[in-house]
Amino acid sequence: MLRYLARRLAFALLLVLVVSSGALLLTRLAPGDFATELFGAGATPQTIAADRARYGLDRPVLEQYGRWLWRAVRLDFGTSLLYRQPVGGLVRQRAVNTALLAVAALLLATFVGLPLGVVAGSRRAGLLPACIRGASLVLLSLPSMLTALLFVLIAARTGWFPIGGMTSIDAAGAGWAARARDLLWHLPVPVLALALPIAATLERLQAQATAEALAEPFVVAALARGVPWRRLIWRDLLRVAIRPVASIYGLVLAGLLSGSFVVEIVTSWPGLGRLMYDALKARDLYLVAGCAAAGSIFLAVGSVLSDLALAAADPRLRGE
Amino acid sequence: MKRAGLVILGVVLAAALGAPSLAPHSPTREFRTLLFAPPMRPHVIDDAGAWHRPFVYPLRLVSRLEQRYEEDRSRRIPLVFFSRGVLVAAADESEGPWLPLGADSYGRDIFARLLHGARTSLGVAAVALVGALLLGLVIGGLAGYLGGAADETLMRFAEFILVLPTMYVVLVLRAALPLVLPAWAVFALMAAIFALVGWPTVARGVRTIVAAERQRDYALAAVSLGAGHARLLFRHLLPASAGFVATQATLLLPAFILAEATLSYVGLGFPDPMPSWGAMLQDGAKVSNLADFPWTLSPAAAIFLVVLALNLVVQRSGRILAATAAARFDSRSGPDVGSAR
Repeated sequence: MLRYLARRLAFALLLVLVVSSGALLLTRLAPGDFATELFGAGATPQTIAADRARYGLDRPVLEQYGRWLWRAVRLDFGTSLLYRQPVGGLVRQRAVNTALLAVAALLLATFVGLPLGVVAGSRRAGLLPACIRGASLVLLSLPSMLTALLFVLIAARTGWFPIGGMTSIDAAGAGWAARARDLLWHLPVPVLALALPIAATLERLQAQATAEALAEPFVVAALARGVPWRRLIWRDLLRVAIRPVASIYGLVLAGLLSGSFVVEIVTSWPGLGRLMYDALKARDLYLVAGCAAAGSIFLAVGSVLSDLALAAADPRLRGE
Repeated sequence: MKRAGLVILGVVLAAALGAPSLAPHSPTREFRTLLFAPPMRPHVIDDAGAWHRPFVYPLRLVSRLEQRYEEDRSRRIPLVFFSRGVLVAAADESEGPWLPLGADSYGRDIFARLLHGARTSLGVAAVALVGALLLGLVIGGLAGYLGGAADETLMRFAEFILVLPTMYVVLVLRAALPLVLPAWAVFALMAAIFALVGWPTVARGVRTIVAAERQRDYALAAVSLGAGHARLLFRHLLPASAGFVATQATLLLPAFILAEATLSYVGLGFPDPMPSWGAMLQDGAKVSNLADFPWTLSPAAAIFLVVLALNLVVQRSGRILAATAAARFDSRSGPDVGSAR
């Protein structure tokens, strides 16, 4: 287990290095740089040159990359040209926002999708399973971009929820309870937009796995021994049927980061995806590299966690 | 269910192919007096209760501030079929055009843009799909056939691409190239980027199938009959992966359609006058537009319909998803290709 974790850690480090370096170099080599993007057509050559010199953009690519790498090794990821703040702190703060969104969506999707999947999978006929199946099919065809637009539309027309952002302007000075309430009020739109398609995926998988597990001989054996149907479905069967579902979490996590990018853009959630987008538009190359690194860390952590979850769900995998 | 999906796909495909003759207007023509005009309902009965051939009432601006229109009930504009080379349009465009789904922020016909946008959006997705499948087949086939160091290298590379934060990579790649490009260049570029991030799942599954099939008796028989490497691989081994590749195609196609929509929505995709579903959704990016002019969301409905139709056709079962997850993430065992086929 330790060896496995060490290998994964080394791979993750390599991934972060390659992704952030690639992002930095590609952004550096792209036409235009921060100075031209910032001042646009109104800038004189002198101001552009002065700004380039200030941010080190006038040096050769490799020298600039080398300096960045040397500082990054000591956990100094440079200064954002756009926000004039250290990249590390900026990325950390936004990554927390994205993680909040992602974790809330994942929990919601799990607690909605899995039970509905068990219900739909354990009953052959009936109105309820048919409804669940239909709803899932519709939601599977509604990627988070569309759900986000739809919920923003609903929020805008009804006024039940704020249409975007993470905090209200007037909540900044309030006490922590009021701030928490404010945050909770802003959460439903982006979280639902992100969670519903995932919930549908999980429901379909769980229904499939439950239906397949029902065909196993142990079900008949348990019923013959007088185990109540309810307990059989919700305890014994769930333990068997959870395995294929656990294996999908890696895929879901990968989709979560891409999905949250769109949701953040549509609902103006101040997360990592939005930061990355702003940084790219401004050619803020250190910030681009920082965001790309954070994104790959997110995925690396996610895939280790999903592997661990799989091992927990399937005793046969624990030996390694 | 399956038939319903096929019907929807057929209709969408026909609409995309026949866009020039189905759309009442050019997708780039701007009606400056009809910015954000609402959808215009065709009528057959007028206010007096008399029946007519299908007609529309022209729109009249009620409030310039709120951009609100209402039907001018005093005049009727008949709809004519098969004239000026289009299926149906208003008889006299100077009296007022017929906008079946309303107009966007430039006063362009949303219905026309939707039809022409289908060509762009579905075209990019289809070209990217062909590219990703070809790359996956060739790389996966070679890895499974050659085995050894080549297999190891190619599959490590595929795994590496799989764990990249896809959306961020696509963004960086797109942003690294000039923002303003001719439309055909954007088309080719987007298709290439999508294909480059899409092939690894296909390759990993194909590799496992080819490696397994190679040991089977029929492959040995083909070799003993004198089949060369190329013939063995392309004629005998790769066809075995057809089922897996087909299911992958149904997963990749919606993903590519959505990727185009996302990129164009954030302004890194097709440039403005060019109609694409993602670029059209930009009008809904301003929340006030979204709330007041919900018909600007019609491309979202189009995307939903296409993805729903694909889901109906393949009845994407949990098993396919599980096999995909295995192909992507489970490094301990190969994908459970037997069940996916």
